[in-house]
Amino acid sequence: MTETLLVELSKVGVRIGSTQILRDVDLEIRAGEVVGLFGANGAGKTTALRLMATLIRPAQGTGRVLGADLTSPERYDVRRRIGMIGHTPGIFPELTLGENLQYAARVAGVPTDRAGESLAAVGLAGASDRLAGASSHGMQRRTEFARELMIDRSLLLLDEPHSALDRDAVDLVEGLIARKAAEGGAVVVVSHDRDRINKIAHRSVELSGGTLS
Amino acid sequence: MTTGFWHQVTAVINRDLLRERRRGDVLWITIPFGAIALLLVPLAIGTDAILLRQIGPGMYWVIVMLFGVLVAVGKASSETLPQQDASALLGLDPAAGFVGRAASATLLLLIFETVVGLVAVGLYDVSIVGVPWLIITLLIVAIGLALLGTLTGSIVNSTSAGTALVPLLVAPLSVPLLLGATQSYEGLRLGHSILSWVLLMAAVVLVVAIIGVLTARPLQET
Repeated sequence: MTETLLVELSKVGVRIGSTQILRDVDLEIRAGEVVGLFGANGAGKTTALRLMATLIRPAQGTGRVLGADLTSPERYDVRRRIGMIGHTPGIFPELTLGENLQYAARVAGVPTDRAGESLAAVGLAGASDRLAGASSHGMQRRTEFARELMIDRSLLLLDEPHSALDRDAVDLVEGLIARKAAEGGAVVVVSHDRDRINKIAHRSVELSGGTLS
Repeated sequence: MTTGFWHQVTAVINRDLLRERRRGDVLWITIPFGAIALLLVPLAIGTDAILLRQIGPGMYWVIVMLFGVLVAVGKASSETLPQQDASALLGLDPAAGFVGRAASATLLLLIFETVVGLVAVGLYDVSIVGVPWLIITLLIVAIGLALLGTLTGSIVNSTSAGTALVPLLVAPLSVPLLLGATQSYEGLRLGHSILSWVLLMAAVVLVVAIIGVLTARPLQET
């Protein structure tokens, strides 16, 4: 494997139930790259992100992410280095924003005092005790970005990262994306906003009917 | 199982108990309904004190089994896919997730057993005998139901069959627990040894625990 190649997909297909979601997908992403991923609704963008996050296995073809084969148990070992922010928040609404980050820190094995620092870094220093379920969608997304700041990730997978964010938060997210790439990581950004993504991405690919072009 | 494993188990227990404290599903919904279910039986069959005393322990265990599994299944299947994905990408060992969810459900079930037990004592005039063995029985049943419900919840999460599978999965595995619990109480009441029944329940708990830990990862992946 090339050392700087973080994602290698070759003729990958993914089936969910009896539906073929992705077919013959070839994609390589190198360290330092920001890649935009476009496609119409139902094109398979979210499935592609979950595939790269090692959360689903390919039914056809071969794939490696951070050096781990997507069909072998070694993929579990690299998961902690992959961050993903999906369209729906993956935090617990019954916990406060701070408690959500403390849970993440404990599970990931990082010091829990980083939770407060990360919340402050996304402009939520005073909102630690606020229930996630009572917070706006934008605050929940900021909390997820705080989680990704707190944990050392090599690959960031972002689904519509700009949605529900105000201008300050958008600047913050774009700063995080640029920083991750500069540090030698890679970022994949799914979005419908081509103009915005084209400004921050090094290149972009398009999914159509489950096939990449 | 490493220190990291138990650290993750503790994190999941804390998370689940905090969620329960804020939602109050068990404390404010399941426990009152369990108590009401016990109350409905005397209303349905009449207030024959001798009959109620005879059926009281059996009714108690049936209520504990039915509501207990619902508690554990509900807790195990209450995570959304994005929440499960986020935990997986934090490096949460699926086995640690299983043990943590089962442990928090065990604590909630012990509270449920205690409160509903007090209601049973009051309504059915059930006598409390062999306290140390009774506590052991309650503990084993709570652990068994929590493991069974958590395993079932994990299977429900990972299949398209959803909650339709619950009765099919739970019924056969909960029979030895129900049998063990009722026979243990009867043995204590008559002054007999209940060791064989306790061992039967412990064996069921052990088997379900092993199945749960070993299948945690494959179930997460389906």
